[in-house]
Amino acid sequence: MALLDVRDLSINIHGIRPLDGISFALDKGEILGIVGESGSGKSLTALSVMGLLPLIGGRIERGSVSFDGRDLTHLPENDFRKLRGKRIAFITQNPMTSLDPVMRVGAQIDQMATLHLGLAPKAAQARSIEIMEKLRIPEAATIYHHYPHQLSGGMKQRIVIAMALAADPDLIIADEPTTALDVTIQAQIVDLLAELVRERGVALILITHDMGVVAQICDRVVVLYAGRIAESNRVDAVFAEPRHPYTSALIRCIPREETAPGSLVGIPGAVPSVAHYPNGCRFHPRCERRGEPCGAIVPALAQPESGGELACHFPGGAA
Amino acid sequence: MLSYILRRLLLLIPVFLTVSIIIFGIIHLVPGDPIDNLNRIGSSPEQRAIIAARYGLDKPIYQQYFIWLSQLAQGDLGNAIVMRRPVADLLAQNIPFSLRLGGAALLFSTLLGIAAGTLAAIHKDTRIDRSVMAGILLGSTLPSFWLGLLLILLFSVELGWLPVSGARSWQAIILPVLTIGLGGTALVARVTRIAMLETMQKDFVMLLHAKGLPARRIQLRHVLRHAMMPVVTILGLRIGWILGGAVTVEFVFARPGLGTLLIKALNQHDYPVMQGCLLMLAMAVMLGTLIGDIVQAAMDPRVRHALT
Repeated sequence: MALLDVRDLSINIHGIRPLDGISFALDKGEILGIVGESGSGKSLTALSVMGLLPLIGGRIERGSVSFDGRDLTHLPENDFRKLRGKRIAFITQNPMTSLDPVMRVGAQIDQMATLHLGLAPKAAQARSIEIMEKLRIPEAATIYHHYPHQLSGGMKQRIVIAMALAADPDLIIADEPTTALDVTIQAQIVDLLAELVRERGVALILITHDMGVVAQICDRVVVLYAGRIAESNRVDAVFAEPRHPYTSALIRCIPREETAPGSLVGIPGAVPSVAHYPNGCRFHPRCERRGEPCGAIVPALAQPESGGELACHFPGGAA
Repeated sequence: MLSYILRRLLLLIPVFLTVSIIIFGIIHLVPGDPIDNLNRIGSSPEQRAIIAARYGLDKPIYQQYFIWLSQLAQGDLGNAIVMRRPVADLLAQNIPFSLRLGGAALLFSTLLGIAAGTLAAIHKDTRIDRSVMAGILLGSTLPSFWLGLLLILLFSVELGWLPVSGARSWQAIILPVLTIGLGGTALVARVTRIAMLETMQKDFVMLLHAKGLPARRIQLRHVLRHAMMPVVTILGLRIGWILGGAVTVEFVFARPGLGTLLIKALNQHDYPVMQGCLLMLAMAVMLGTLIGDIVQAAMDPRVRHALT
């Protein structure tokens, strides 16, 4: 049985449906990438699993989220709260704004151990410093007493990661953990996350818009477009033979050594906003392979023989 | 931090000078002069001139100002013309009453305002939110002197629970505190509510939820603390405002205090007393702002960092 099993998830926020029929599953020690451009619903997927949709006025409309065999969609908030941070940890997009600015960073890490592990303040502090050291934070005992504004972005993100690790979770959801960081730091943080997962056998959902990162560390990938799954499969299969035109386009956006200057192409157009989703396949206005049915009929999410899931009228690669 | 406070205190000097000129000018614009109150009706112009000369009122106004200022620099606030006592004595006698009333009113409006604002923010857009905010708004839109009279009618005249006026017993302070305090409560409550709602949208609050902290603890320990920053700024501004607002309320409740003294001096055109009172109120405004800034620096490491 998978650690996390999301089936046919649809959510509703103020009457609109920004996520529509999302499914994926994930085992211990696995890294799942959720990829897509801004507005494709990646962060909402994370909030749904964390049970934090009510904070932004949303709710799960259909489908199920089960974690370790428990259905989370009907879990009372008080029980859900005890899972959050303890068994499912969250790493946010922007470390610059994710820490309480008037609280020392060490104390913010301590909260996890005192809350979820019942440690005394002294023990929690020792544990926090130990985790900080493991995350290669130099002079952890000094940094422990710093306020967030005294730290660099990369350092703040390490603090957020330390917080996520502090209660020994089974699943970590990292929502674009490197987007706000310098390029040089990005690789460090990604490597650090991958290492932690392998070392501790934690499951990781890595939300990103960077196919390069997916290729680098993920086992499987879900490609989201405008709130629906375009394609999902094992990373090696997807890169060997992307079947959805959106996936191919995303892969073409990765800069490579052999890429000639000026030849890197983007995907023309932009993700439509929730209020203006087109009929049929939501990608069809931007698609190079669009044909007769694409503007009228929603492609069904099918399980092709090549594995994974695919929603396209004109899939590429092996048929 | 200490050097910051010293710098801020030094900056008060030019402000203080400007304020003193304005006070002095405005007072002399009021029609009538103190001699009218000292003279018997029908006295001759010569007698008036003698009295005017005794108090230096015959000199040009700018000279009067410099005389007053140089005395002030030596710590001498002058003598009351009509009340015939040193101004410093009159102030020393009355200020404690005003401080007690103002302090209690500030405490009352702050505690009630923060509590109401927090309650409204936690229950945003529900019936609790709407009724709390409507009640607070009603309490604060009534003019304080009229509210004071209503309170006297209800609690003193009808129910006979509290004294009508004076400052002889501790119960006597309750109605004036309510009268002044209710006015400020709405402002504090609204700023608290808005600041809390704004803070709840911040990324770090989302992460606190994701960490599994109980919602109440997030609201009261983290969100409320952030919401206090703008509230502290406003409270600093309100320190002077409350003492100023106490002027009419003291009068309505016939309490001794800076306000009662000021109104008495106004009626008698007693220039030195008026100047002394207004100067004290101006100082309260200036010091209040400074205190607000210092408290904010104490609460927020980022502000502290920017100052040092």
